[in-house]
Amino acid sequence: MHKMLALLGSMALAAMTAAAASAQGTVKVGVIMPYSGQFADLSAQMDNGIKLYMKQNGDTVAGKKIEIIRRDTGGVAPDVATRLAQELVTRDNVDILAGFTLSPNAIAVSKISAEAKKFMVIMNAATTVIITMSPYSVRTSMTLPSVGASAGMWAYKSGLRKAYTMVSDFAPGKDAEAAFQDAFKKAGGEIVGAVRMPVANPDFSAFVQRAKDLSPESIFIFVPGGAQPAALGKAFAERGIDPNKIKIIGTGEISDESAVKNMGDAALGIITAWHYDHTHDSKPNKDFVAAYNAEFKRNPDFGAVGGYDGMHVIYESLKKTGGKADADSLVAAAKGLKWESPRGPFQVDPETRDVVQTIYVRQVRKVGDQLLNVEFDKMENVRDPGSAGKK
Amino acid sequence: MAFTRTAAADPHRHLHAQAQWQPIELVFWAATLIPFFLFPKYLALASQIAIAALFALSLDLILGYAGIVSLGHAALFGVGAYTAGLLSTLGWGDPLLGLAAGAVAAGLLGYVTSFIIARFRHLALIMITLGLGQLIHEVANKASWLTGGSDGLQGVRIGPLLGRFPFDLYGYTAYAYSLVVLFVVFVFARRLVNSPFGLALRGIRENPVRMPAIGAPSPAHVRKIYTIAAAIAGMAGALLAQTTSTVSLGVLDFQRSADVLVMLILGGAGWLYGGIVGAIIFMVARDQFSGINPQLWYFWIGLLLVCVVMFLPNGVLGCLQLAAPWRSKAS
Repeated sequence: MHKMLALLGSMALAAMTAAAASAQGTVKVGVIMPYSGQFADLSAQMDNGIKLYMKQNGDTVAGKKIEIIRRDTGGVAPDVATRLAQELVTRDNVDILAGFTLSPNAIAVSKISAEAKKFMVIMNAATTVIITMSPYSVRTSMTLPSVGASAGMWAYKSGLRKAYTMVSDFAPGKDAEAAFQDAFKKAGGEIVGAVRMPVANPDFSAFVQRAKDLSPESIFIFVPGGAQPAALGKAFAERGIDPNKIKIIGTGEISDESAVKNMGDAALGIITAWHYDHTHDSKPNKDFVAAYNAEFKRNPDFGAVGGYDGMHVIYESLKKTGGKADADSLVAAAKGLKWESPRGPFQVDPETRDVVQTIYVRQVRKVGDQLLNVEFDKMENVRDPGSAGKK
Repeated sequence: MAFTRTAAADPHRHLHAQAQWQPIELVFWAATLIPFFLFPKYLALASQIAIAALFALSLDLILGYAGIVSLGHAALFGVGAYTAGLLSTLGWGDPLLGLAAGAVAAGLLGYVTSFIIARFRHLALIMITLGLGQLIHEVANKASWLTGGSDGLQGVRIGPLLGRFPFDLYGYTAYAYSLVVLFVVFVFARRLVNSPFGLALRGIRENPVRMPAIGAPSPAHVRKIYTIAAAIAGMAGALLAQTTSTVSLGVLDFQRSADVLVMLILGGAGWLYGGIVGAIIFMVARDQFSGINPQLWYFWIGLLLVCVVMFLPNGVLGCLQLAAPWRSKAS
């Protein structure tokens, strides 16, 4: 049996190398994301970013044709993601694995990337540890601790001394909470209380009332994007928390374009730390937003810019290796890449392979008749604060 | 599955006739080896089909034979998966050990809950199993110190099978392992349903009121088969955890309970083979549709389901039975 397996294995290997040789002119990129299910919209934005980049820069780089193969995980499903990655590697002979909206799936595929030696571009998943799980991965999104810590530092800098934190009770929430509290306390601030709210269907009013009774100067919030930010915003308005008296600080999810639309005027005054907004004032971003709108009839969000920059990493790395697509060459080429992205200056950290970027502090304000995130402060060259955010 | 008059007159001969292996069955099992030779690139998928088939087989034992409807079967699957995964994080990464532990843990949960299951039927049972499934899901979500919560279990390290065959990227070991487990369990299940106990289960399915009236201890039978099915579901879960080296809350998801029910209905409940055939059709269709159209593939799955239910109300096997006289003769 053992011998037979070994024989079969070598047969398959031979078949694979033959196939790889015949496809010498192409570089295949396997994109694994939840294209269906409740994260489909975010994945669609990421996919749009990928499409736009390829449209603008052509599908050929360094003499190689780029071929995208899309696979759907349907949601948080590391077992499915593992199988899809296995198949992409063994069946479709992909050279690069990319996408990854959700952390658990990215963690699972990291193992495949490490084992099969495939370059991996994480375009969204934001849990800190993922990047350490494969020596061939690069991240083009952000990490929650880097955003949370930026919010904490900014809060102290702006004169706030007391803060209350409200986060969803799961890993990203705990990451954000720990990073904010650490940064805020290190600067000299005081955490007057903290609460973790259930991830599924929380009733926010009780939590908001408790926060109000403490009357802290500021409240830090993390909830997952989607329907929750609007519900939370409404609870704030109903309980009579005035964003002008009690500062509401959060990560970008809570003032996402669709969330603000749902909240209406209740969103006014909310302050968030985040790495991208379509209103960011720069030439690359204006071009990006215009092209994106022309192509997809909507504004890009952080997912779109993650996909767009992810493709940039793939293209630039391939240019540097002269089309060589093995993981060692590609990851070496990707380390230290630096450019002006629509989000601002972007660098792939030469040591951690994680993202180094500017985190913006924005406030929801009325511009004309629109509610927009207006940038008014920023922190440059923000890296993940490292193990500080891990729990 | 209607009893012929002679069968009713002589149950032993009836059981004996049913227990005979049909040539087509041998062909079927021989065919399961085909992926090794013809589709070596599809072995990862093949191993997940074998696991889904094992899971569907477990559901078939309770739904197809004893008439116990369950919408929370993933709870047992998940307990098996988490047990095998947790053992491996503690350093016991031997696959067979994990498999046994998964079966025992899920079997225990099945035994405990079977006392509730045996008391209800139909709609009430659907609600109860659904509730139990959600309950276990929430417990796993809350106990993130143990399960890793929504991030999934970290540090799953599975050792080589029998100490010799590591789980490879292509899935040779994974498929061989899953297939052998599926076959062994199938042989066991086949014996079980063709025993007097299996006949009693069918009696419960057909008329739960009459069985106690003729002196058959229905609740005890239900508890027994539910515990056995639970252990098998746990084995399927353990297999998935081991062959993919991941365990996440997804193993406890309602979607998984629903999918396995769909597979069973697709193939035909009450045949043992129904779940296997259903798993093959469902997983291959899903693989192909989602490869062609990652955004809208659920539409095609839905269409397939509606068609099957409309035109083949007894599942694919139920339809085959009408077409093939050999099968109806055998049953």
